[in-house]
Amino acid sequence: MMSELTKLTIAEARDRLRAGDVTATELTEACLAEIEKADALGAFVHKTPELALQQAAAADARIQGGAENPMCGIPLGIKDLFCTQGVPSQAASNILEGFKPEYESTVTTQLWQAGAIMLGKLNMDEFAMGSSNETSCYGNAVNPWRRGNEETALTPGGSSGGSASAVAADLCLAATGTDTGGSIRQPAAFTGITGLKPTYGRCSRWGIVAFASSLDQAGPMTKSVRDAAIMLRAMAGHDPKDSTSADIPVPDFEAAITGDIRGKTIGIPKEYRMEGMPAEIEKLWADGADMLRDAGAKIVDISLPHTKYALPTYYVIAPAEASSNLARYDGVRFGHRAKLAQGDGITEMYEKTRAEGFGAEVQRRVMVGTYVLSAGFYDAYYNRARKVRALIKRDFDEAFAGGVDAILTPATPSAAFGLGEMADADPVQMYLNDVFTVTVNLAGLPGISVPTGVDSSGLPLGLQLIGQPWEEGALLNVAQTLEDAAGFVAKPARWW
Amino acid sequence: MSIDTETARRVAKLARIKVEEDALPALAGEFNAILGFIEQLNEVDVDGVEPMTSVTPMRLKRRVDEVTDGGYQEKVLANAPDAREGFFAVPKVVE
Repeated sequence: MMSELTKLTIAEARDRLRAGDVTATELTEACLAEIEKADALGAFVHKTPELALQQAAAADARIQGGAENPMCGIPLGIKDLFCTQGVPSQAASNILEGFKPEYESTVTTQLWQAGAIMLGKLNMDEFAMGSSNETSCYGNAVNPWRRGNEETALTPGGSSGGSASAVAADLCLAATGTDTGGSIRQPAAFTGITGLKPTYGRCSRWGIVAFASSLDQAGPMTKSVRDAAIMLRAMAGHDPKDSTSADIPVPDFEAAITGDIRGKTIGIPKEYRMEGMPAEIEKLWADGADMLRDAGAKIVDISLPHTKYALPTYYVIAPAEASSNLARYDGVRFGHRAKLAQGDGITEMYEKTRAEGFGAEVQRRVMVGTYVLSAGFYDAYYNRARKVRALIKRDFDEAFAGGVDAILTPATPSAAFGLGEMADADPVQMYLNDVFTVTVNLAGLPGISVPTGVDSSGLPLGLQLIGQPWEEGALLNVAQTLEDAAGFVAKPARWW
Repeated sequence: MSIDTETARRVAKLARIKVEEDALPALAGEFNAILGFIEQLNEVDVDGVEPMTSVTPMRLKRRVDEVTDGGYQEKVLANAPDAREGFFAVPKVVE
């Protein structure tokens, strides 16, 4: 069965490739066939079948020659935010229509060097600004999961919505994502997959279209915790082209997964028990704590007192950095340029180009960022937010100094919602999706979302584990324990 | 802090985004919703707190100030909407 091949985890595919049981070309052809049948999911927005088959043939040759890299021969989807040489890389924005980079991002370069295969580019929110994939210039990505027997189209989350949809629907073995406020972990939770945001600086940001540079971090979106460990190792490492990438060794994260968390201390932050939290989420969280306790961990209550200020802090810092980063889209060097009227000068060119090229949410954030950085407001908004950010990080530092190894929280305040359901809500309502995830970006910590249950309508729900800086290995080990105990094996019923 | 239509117009200008006159009131309303949300930060006691400059304490790398790469004029211009004779072309800048 061809389609059975696409359901493999990276770890399973690696073992079968090495055993000569399957070839990279067979795996790739199976994925390409699934992708062709799945346009209704809106996940793949630029398909690269020819490149994929070339890479697969090369991977097969390497495997025959005894290649040891576990990513060799693994077909992946790549978020449209990553610049891929000669392949459209639009950040789901009309302003980058037609843009084909002359260079390759460091993360994808490393993946191809490891022997991984690119199936194509994946849908996302425009410039990664969104929590539902509804701000994309390509149209919506759709969640393969549905509520019971309903046909309502649900969001796969965002911004890495196409990545989440593609992995959950078994169109690829895994995908890259990026996470600025929850953009890997929230879609992973909405689609029943695993999503890891590494420590800030673990992966190079070079060649990834910048949103908020002090928060952005790339990471794997996979079918298992073990796969996240395998793929992260290939993505991570110091890059002289990104001065914020850490010059520290990349460990074998998979080797850290021992399944033994006896004696570890897991913190439960009381501030994450939000008013109005659905009973299902509360139960999921309590069950997760029980699973870790049963595995021998010590569960302790902790306090992260500045949690409620994380979202407002984020909505100063992220737009401020975005307004600066997105200044480069001016119609001069790449992408869209507006048609000009007689007598229009360069200012009109900038203004018309950016009005036509940016969608409503991107325009809104660029302007909010412009406002909070403008003369007279810089101290009141931007500097104050940077101070509160320091306090948010200090909360975590103190919890870890107090002996906590990892922190357990819900990943999202709800299961996936319907596409269009938030259309009439004010922007702040949508921002609340990231309430549990955004603290982690502000503090630069690693965080992982693991599917552990379903809600009353059968939709997946995830828990988040937050780890100490650079301790992705230990974090993945706790996550594996949660995965094993929860035994989440549900798959969406195929309708596409 | 409440943002009026005039402020919305000024911010749009600073951001170099053309916003039609009739869209300004709605835009001002959205700004107010977002800034109202941000106002919560005024509750936090930030006395004596240094604004964060880097989330991970690290010393930025230094290197010798020398040319290490370059010579890609064609590649640099490959995606330009209007490139002529080895340059980016734009409308007249100086009267």
